[in-house]
Amino acid sequence: MFKRIGKNEQQVTFEFLHRTVIAREGDTIAAALLAAGILEFRQAPEDQSRRGPYCMIGNCFECLVQIEGLGSRQACRERVRNGMRVKPHRGRIELEEHDET
Amino acid sequence: MADYDVAIVGGGLLGSAFGWGMARAGQSCVVFDEGDNAIRTARGNFGLVWVQGKGAGMPAYAAWSMKSTQLWSGFAAELQDSTGMDLHYVKGGYDIAADEEEYRQSISRLQQIQDEMGSGAYTYEILDNAQLKSVMPLIGDIPGAIYTEHDGHCNPLTLLRALHQDMQKRGAQYRPNSPVTEVRQQTGGGYELVDQAGQIVASAARVVISAGHGSTRLAEPLGIDLPIYADQGQVLVSEKVAPIMQYPTTGVRQTDNGSFLLGVSSKDVGLDTRTDLTTLAGIAKRCIRIFPFLARLRLQRAWGALRVMTPDGCPVYQQSATYPGVFSFACHSGVTLAACHALEVTKWIMDGDIPAAFEVFHPRRFHV
Ligand SMILES: Cc1cc2nc3c(=O)[nH]c(=O)nc-3n(C[C@H](O)[C@H](O)[C@H](O)COP(=O)(O)OP(=O)(O)OC[C@H]3O[C@@H](n4cnc5c(N)ncnc54)[C@H](O)[C@@H]3O)c2cc1C
Ligand code: FES
Repeated sequence: MFKRIGKNEQQVTFEFLHRTVIAREGDTIAAALLAAGILEFRQAPEDQSRRGPYCMIGNCFECLVQIEGLGSRQACRERVRNGMRVKPHRGRIELEEHDET
Repeated sequence: MADYDVAIVGGGLLGSAFGWGMARAGQSCVVFDEGDNAIRTARGNFGLVWVQGKGAGMPAYAAWSMKSTQLWSGFAAELQDSTGMDLHYVKGGYDIAADEEEYRQSISRLQQIQDEMGSGAYTYEILDNAQLKSVMPLIGDIPGAIYTEHDGHCNPLTLLRALHQDMQKRGAQYRPNSPVTEVRQQTGGGYELVDQAGQIVASAARVVISAGHGSTRLAEPLGIDLPIYADQGQVLVSEKVAPIMQYPTTGVRQTDNGSFLLGVSSKDVGLDTRTDLTTLAGIAKRCIRIFPFLARLRLQRAWGALRVMTPDGCPVYQQSATYPGVFSFACHSGVTLAACHALEVTKWIMDGDIPAAFEVFHPRRFHV
């Protein structure tokens, strides 16, 4: 699986779908989840196939997640913060429920 | 003997429609295309199959667009049956106005087109804000729209993929990453196509140049005048939302996978596909005026693509006068015209003659 490089030992803790994930300060959400062995970030709205990061540089949008208070974001472009609550992306949102996220 | 009946340069929306139509008619044909870094308008368009507003001052173009939409359902069904791919073609569309000025212009332009078309005129419905709201509750405080059942939209990427897959299934050769640099006459008839290394890559009795922005360079030495330029359009894409909008409008449509596409700008910046914030903000502002709910959605990406534009916006179709059998076709609206290109224009190529009724699309019209 993935192995960390670099020496930053500052820990950050956040939540992914009711699971507590311990990350390093400066990690993107995508890097932190991958390091924790989580590969499935969402299901594709078209065919429900399981998806996760592909490019890690903000191009492919495969890494979409739902962040509490922010809504739909690319996990490879957001840094983890202490106490952050993240969920798998829900595919096609209903317009009405959109404002709740 | 030439290797093929027809060689087509360019595998975009025009070339693929021709290749498919040729293979379907039992002709042996080869399609040369470039690779991923080429300028490929077929991969950056808005996906409208559109008639409204087209052909003011050129009724033949209005009728041609109309004919293509009449052929489109059968064309889509045939591709769908053969490939199993759903093109998501939906018929019905609104020319929607963000302000009074747009509204007035659309209405008077459409009236002019109908007057010029005479017996070929088509039906449409003008809807004011209240009437539009009853069918599209999500609109904002805008004057209204014009509806026709003839307009529509599809997934243009699936269209391209289906054409590529099905033409090969029907025997056409598709050669990606194979730019053609020269077309020259063979001794003893026919033409040969030459690549960057100077190698002859194919010979054919007839040649079609439909390489979008790559056409001019190839066509010029063959006595073909190709007055096209790049008109850049930028498009925004939202996150995916459960289906709430079935019909497309000018500027906003929901795709089959749930995204909203917001468009479309028009800028002459040469062969530059970069987006810029001012243009994107302008598009977003107009679209939000029309559909205020869009302001609540997150945008996921944006792109720029280059229309193959002619001075009057109408197609440029021609056969070389000095090199018979060499055709050149270029136009904006290659999605809309795909059905006509595949089913009608391919007959002209096989006959070796563009029918007199379509002489109006010859570029000599710009030199009177
Ligand atoms: C923003 C935007 C929105 C649009 N919206 C719509 C719409 O809603 N509805 C509609 O009907 N149309 C729309 N269009 C227009 C439509 O996309 C074009 O009409 C169509 O793609 C043009 O097709 P083409 O085959 O001429 O060119 P392209 O699609 O660009 O294809 C040309 C192909 O030729 C290849 N090529 C170039 N040079 C060579 C060479 N020397 N050798 C081999 N191959 C070569 C290129 O790599 C490319 O693949 C839109 C265009 C833009 C830019
Ligand atoms: S992994 Fe490609 S955008 Fe995030």
